[in-house]
Amino acid sequence: MSELVLEARNVNKYFHDPVTNQVLKDVNLTIEKGVFATVMGKSGCGKSTLLYILSTMDTEYEGELFIDGVNMRNRTEKELAQVRNEKIGFVFQFHYLLNEFSVIRIVMLPGLKLAKYSEKEVENKAYEKLKLLGIESEAMKKPNQLSGGQKQRVAIARALINDPLIIMGDEPTGNLDKKNSEVVYEIFNELAESYNQSLLIVTHDPEFANRTHRIIEMVDGAITNIVKMK
Amino acid sequence: MKIKLIATVSFSLMLARLKQTTIAAVGVTFGITMFITLLSFMGGLNDLLDGLITKRSPHVRLYNEVQPSEMQPVDILPQYAGYHNFVSSVKPKNELPEIYNSREIMNTLERDPRVSGISPKITAQVFYNIGSIDFAGSINGIDVDAEARLFSFSDYVTTGNYIDLKNTPNSIILGKGVADKMLADIGDLIQVTTSKGERVQLKVVGYFQSGLLDLDKVQSYASITTAQKLLGESDSYITDIQIKVNDLEMAPELAKEYASVFETNAIDIQTANAQFETGSSVRTLISYAVGITLLIVAGFGIYNILNMMIYEKMDSIAILKATGFSGSDVKNIFILIALTIGVLGGLLGLLFGFCFSMIIDQIPFVTAALPTIKTYAINYNPKFYIIAIIFSVVTTYLAGYFPAKKASKLDPVIIIRGK
Repeated sequence: MSELVLEARNVNKYFHDPVTNQVLKDVNLTIEKGVFATVMGKSGCGKSTLLYILSTMDTEYEGELFIDGVNMRNRTEKELAQVRNEKIGFVFQFHYLLNEFSVIRIVMLPGLKLAKYSEKEVENKAYEKLKLLGIESEAMKKPNQLSGGQKQRVAIARALINDPLIIMGDEPTGNLDKKNSEVVYEIFNELAESYNQSLLIVTHDPEFANRTHRIIEMVDGAITNIVKMK
Repeated sequence: MKIKLIATVSFSLMLARLKQTTIAAVGVTFGITMFITLLSFMGGLNDLLDGLITKRSPHVRLYNEVQPSEMQPVDILPQYAGYHNFVSSVKPKNELPEIYNSREIMNTLERDPRVSGISPKITAQVFYNIGSIDFAGSINGIDVDAEARLFSFSDYVTTGNYIDLKNTPNSIILGKGVADKMLADIGDLIQVTTSKGERVQLKVVGYFQSGLLDLDKVQSYASITTAQKLLGESDSYITDIQIKVNDLEMAPELAKEYASVFETNAIDIQTANAQFETGSSVRTLISYAVGITLLIVAGFGIYNILNMMIYEKMDSIAILKATGFSGSDVKNIFILIALTIGVLGGLLGLLFGFCFSMIIDQIPFVTAALPTIKTYAINYNPKFYIIAIIFSVVTTYLAGYFPAKKASKLDPVIIIRGK
């Protein structure tokens, strides 16, 4: 058995507005190193909610969450920010690039925040990541000069800069056309296959999900089925 | 490293909203400029008005007033000690307000280390004769050198040379108002009648303009010996001793001490000019209030602009948080923006305030009442500048703190899911 990257035990989550409503029911989940997993389900089944809990951004839940074997309960906001910075890479449906910065700076920001390497080294790493994603020629441009697919690739490069334990995506292809979705899938797949990168992606797209290692199906806040493809 | 990173993000955000940022900074600049200008101008004005009185006033003045005896004869009798006495038959004596033993008093004062200078004075009541009519006035007999040294006498002699008063026997420097009335030119001989009925001729050597019109209409100056001659008194006759002390704050205390030691009346400058002190402090208070109001308004400007910036940049804040920036990092980013606006705007404000003050300092301000003043007065007190910059930093920090706190509390999940 390979090492555990992420583990959720008996996670429950309630929304209290306007009436108390249980959105996650006793969710148990493990992700091992190198696994490319997707979460599938209808709108409102709680898959995004689960992702935000797993990403430590949402702290109002019951149950236990372990990242890299460490319990995330009772951590300060600062410590959680540190965990996100170091161990989790994010890709959202919208790219959320900072228009004020050039592409290379955007990719560098989380690396500079981590401050593990010097600025020069972070810059080199950022170039490597951009090269890996085939957009190193756009490094000096501003995000608003890029196409939708290029923007999403910059966002992936940003997620990769600190060599995270796991990459999380909230419908990263949801806003892209077929061709660009394919590109993003190829990138994720290569990361998983060649670099042994763990990924946890929430998606609507069955075509995308069917080609991953594992599909986690959710209905009404509970995991109903986990399909292991390989 | 961390500070550098936060600074990079702050400056990028500011550059992205350069226009609003500039407007916010201009608000601070304006506030500080007006604060400095107002206080410098008001300070200058206060100094000017205070100087009008205090520069020429002795810190302590010794004099003798016509006053009744404190003890009536019946009070002295032991058999009536327990009674209520209402007999007050002994009235004040008819005598000149002379300070007794003045020479000895002056010698003692000159040895006193707390005293920086003394100047004796005689006040003589006279009638100025113009043709067939007389009008009342007074002549101050002064020690010309001491008066010039201690009370800037020379500044107020607008025509003629003050030292002639000492060098020319039987000379007089007329108040400007008196001179106008008497049609007296420099070098003319005028005639005055003393209180004893003697007529004396005096030579006009200059005009004196104090700035207080009523005073200039009645008062003239002569040397102390001329005044003694006018009154027909000996050369030890003195009515006032004017004292300048080293420490102005000591004046009331010294006045009390001298009054009891020399058995004269004594009044200190604070008591004699209480109304000027009050006027100055109220004026200063008002200018501070206006200046600080301007800065607070500028602070609200910064508050607004930061709030707007945070509203616009919610996505960026969310993504910064998602990629590992903590709440306090985000807070520091926005506080740094506010402080940059405050410090830059404030420093520019200091510069502009200084320039404005210099411009006002050049504006001609000529008034008959103030012969020594040619332009508006400005007080370049560094205190104003220090207060202004401290206040601008504090205001902008507070104006930035609340929006920054709001930004630090933003929940990235709500923003990202809200799309």
